[in-house]
Amino acid sequence: MQKVFFCAPLLTILLISLILPAFAQAATVDPAVLAAQKQRIDVIKAVSPSVVAIFGGAGEGGGSGVLVTSDGYALTNFHVVAGAGNFMKCGLNDGKLYDAVIVSIDPTGDVALIKLLGRTDFPFAKLGNSDLVQVGDWAYAMGNPFLLATDFQPTITYGIVSGVHRYQYPAGTFLEYTDCIQVDSSINPGNSGGPLFNAQGELIGINGRGSFEKRGRVNSGAGYAISINQIKHFWDHLKSGRIVDHAALGATVSTGSDSTIDVAEILEESDAYRKGLRLGDEIVSFAGRPIRSVNQFKNILGIYPAGWTIPLVYRRDEKKTTIYVRLQALHRASELQEQAGQKNMHPDQGPQPGDEKPPQIPHHHAKPEAAPPPEKYKHLYIPKTGFTNYYFNQQQQDRLLQALSESGNFTDRKGTWTLTGKQIDGGDFTLTLADKGIGFEIGNEIFLQSLETGIFMDEPPGTGGFLAALHHFRLLLSGQSERFTDFYYLGSELLDGKNEPVDVLVATQTGTISRWYFNKSDLSLRGFDFYLTENSEVCSVRFEQFQTLNGQKFPGELDILYGNRSVMKLKIERVKLETSENTKK
Amino acid sequence: MIQINKVKHVFVCLCLLGSILAVPRVTQASSQSTIKYALPRLVKIFGAGGVKNLYGYSTGFLVSPEGHIATIWSPVLDTDRLSVVLHDGRKFEAEVLGAEPHLDLAIIKLKSERELNLPYFDYHDKVIAGPGTRILGFSNMFRVATGDEPVSVLHGVIEARTDLPRRRGAFELSYAGDVYVVDAITNNPGAAGGAILTYDGKLLGMIGKQVRNAKTNTWVNYSLPIDVLSKSIEQIITGKFESSEDQKKPDTQAPERYRPVDFGLVMVPDVLYRTPAFIDSVLPDSLVAKAGLQPNDLVVFVNDELIKSCKTLSAELGKLEAGDLLRLVVRRDNQLISIELQVPPEKK
Repeated sequence: MQKVFFCAPLLTILLISLILPAFAQAATVDPAVLAAQKQRIDVIKAVSPSVVAIFGGAGEGGGSGVLVTSDGYALTNFHVVAGAGNFMKCGLNDGKLYDAVIVSIDPTGDVALIKLLGRTDFPFAKLGNSDLVQVGDWAYAMGNPFLLATDFQPTITYGIVSGVHRYQYPAGTFLEYTDCIQVDSSINPGNSGGPLFNAQGELIGINGRGSFEKRGRVNSGAGYAISINQIKHFWDHLKSGRIVDHAALGATVSTGSDSTIDVAEILEESDAYRKGLRLGDEIVSFAGRPIRSVNQFKNILGIYPAGWTIPLVYRRDEKKTTIYVRLQALHRASELQEQAGQKNMHPDQGPQPGDEKPPQIPHHHAKPEAAPPPEKYKHLYIPKTGFTNYYFNQQQQDRLLQALSESGNFTDRKGTWTLTGKQIDGGDFTLTLADKGIGFEIGNEIFLQSLETGIFMDEPPGTGGFLAALHHFRLLLSGQSERFTDFYYLGSELLDGKNEPVDVLVATQTGTISRWYFNKSDLSLRGFDFYLTENSEVCSVRFEQFQTLNGQKFPGELDILYGNRSVMKLKIERVKLETSENTKK
Repeated sequence: MIQINKVKHVFVCLCLLGSILAVPRVTQASSQSTIKYALPRLVKIFGAGGVKNLYGYSTGFLVSPEGHIATIWSPVLDTDRLSVVLHDGRKFEAEVLGAEPHLDLAIIKLKSERELNLPYFDYHDKVIAGPGTRILGFSNMFRVATGDEPVSVLHGVIEARTDLPRRRGAFELSYAGDVYVVDAITNNPGAAGGAILTYDGKLLGMIGKQVRNAKTNTWVNYSLPIDVLSKSIEQIITGKFESSEDQKKPDTQAPERYRPVDFGLVMVPDVLYRTPAFIDSVLPDSLVAKAGLQPNDLVVFVNDELIKSCKTLSAELGKLEAGDLLRLVVRRDNQLISIELQVPPEKK
């Protein structure tokens, strides 16, 4: 009784003070309210056409995605496409169903890239900057939760950002959510892979995970989105059609006694070790971000692809040192392949960490027969070990090789190459590049590197295999990329971790590896890095001052560096490139 | 009369809700500043637990510059090594200063030799809010935040200020007073002890512990109003506190006709405020042994009553009478196993 008496007067007062003004205002709503409402409606209208409803090729499972280019590239989760087959059906809010093909997967980051087919004018979302997202910002999650929309109109859930730079533990080493965005916008089964938009309708993340626990796999107030800035780092890697890997530093960190973050273990063959990082050093910053917790360190490491070079500042004896560390691969190729091989497994049978799981659509347990690919798109899928879809890698290789031959076409010069000139601040040199070996005469010294033994002995000291590197150089420029054991498009990165963005081609031969850098804007060849083995110190060759030979561009100067320290600069004065017929004589 | 009033009550609430939702305020700017104001006042608490459904973490909020923290009274505090992590990553040991179990309230204090001068909420300011008020919920649900990461923020609306039906089969809750029911999902592991604030930054209440309506299998998102907690917070901090529990200990004595051992159940030692009702061993040839119960089974229901602890198990078994049908539901691994048996004659 007491409660009723207490409530009644209170409610009466509230009634008078709140309902009456509300009714009085009904005719004249605050213009700010109407403006806010209109903005929401406009944003939803503007971005809804880019939201994709994904259905597995065999009509099994499904999820969401978002178009990010007009030619049909769409982002989603790895755990959505795992089990969906190589060809999918995708619905847009125009009510139409489009064919789509798998492009690449990033099992660690739980990201996948697919390509919708049949149009070159797809509506697409504008990418935002997820580093600007703040706690309390409004966020729209869009997608197809519970596969409700049979007309492909996305479901919109509206909430706020609950946390930024969150770290969510992986299952083993896969499905790790680093530096992710936590929202209270409802994320439910079927939302996976769908977009998270900010109040301006810019894409800030890909929804993929939630904390669920006791309620089963439905929203419990904590959803997580992979940040779009992480995906931007991986964008060209994703377009490569490979199985994309994340990175490791080759060192682990732990919280030290003064709450500093210190190196706890370090591998001697890691690049970080070679660059000078040692046990017990304090990590001050990584990729330009100050490090104050282990989670923060893992957050940063998790958003970069393997092979990227990232600045790291460490402190030892009060002295701060900046190094540029090349990140190594997180997984062995076989581990990635295995994870990709589970493509046909229902992801909810896969290992999952603790309570945080990707929301799942329940599906039948009978394994569906993969639907046959649509006949006219069959050629868009090429299986190959190490790749999700080799077709897309070929496209990228062709693009760069095309650019290379446009600037300098030496495909008819498959014979012996002789380069002569002067070492800057040194004597004359002659370089002879042939199939059987490489000769280098400089001053009174002669080095002869045989290419037939596979053993690299007679290299100029302190170059890390400069002569073997030039063999790759000749093969690539003379259009003999088929002679590499492996040759593929990797993705893009910042040249040397600090210069312009470059596209990267990778070539391997008898265990040696070269990485070729093409300026992303004009596709000019900037140089290459060479490794005698996977973990060797790098021999870098940078091209300067191209000269023109019969209308074809050829590097005029080779800058050779070993472990980022300049070794020599060779100014090329004369070039003799023989055709293979010449060589035979 | 009461019935009519209740109907009216609900009707009025709905009206209020509808009218206020129809006129949402444009409060983006103030909610951002409220978040900036509140996050440094929330703390992450780590203590006892970490097994089965006992979470070893919870949330609290600072109520004094010296490091007094209001939080939920829970088994997490039942340890000598209670640690508290501030929003900026500073870590402190803490001790329980006092508790008011009937309000689910505990006050803990950071151990520090230095003067702390921390940001805090003024709990004296007994703000009351009605249905439709927009709120922000702050908690370390699911232990998403560690170290210097701030706790999670949820948004929502007050649905009602009411009491929760504490009838048999409804919410199992020791607290009997008013609560704010909100539509933000605050009923999550580790969220209890967090705070709800109005969009313009006024402390409204403390997020309650996880409770479930056993009848409907639904969870309620509720907070204990600050105007209810305020007096006890002050009394515990100033050391003038007398727990209401101490005053009315000799309550109506529940019947204790049967003990677990009368059925062959030996429970784990009852050491916590709420020790989960795990079976330690089963007496050979006893009734429950024949019915197939095993050590490590967790008793979850006795005749449809949710068993939250060894104490509630004893209480429920004590109420039984000879000839009753006793239905026990236990959890073994992830399975629920139900057994039925006839209550034997009482042993004098």
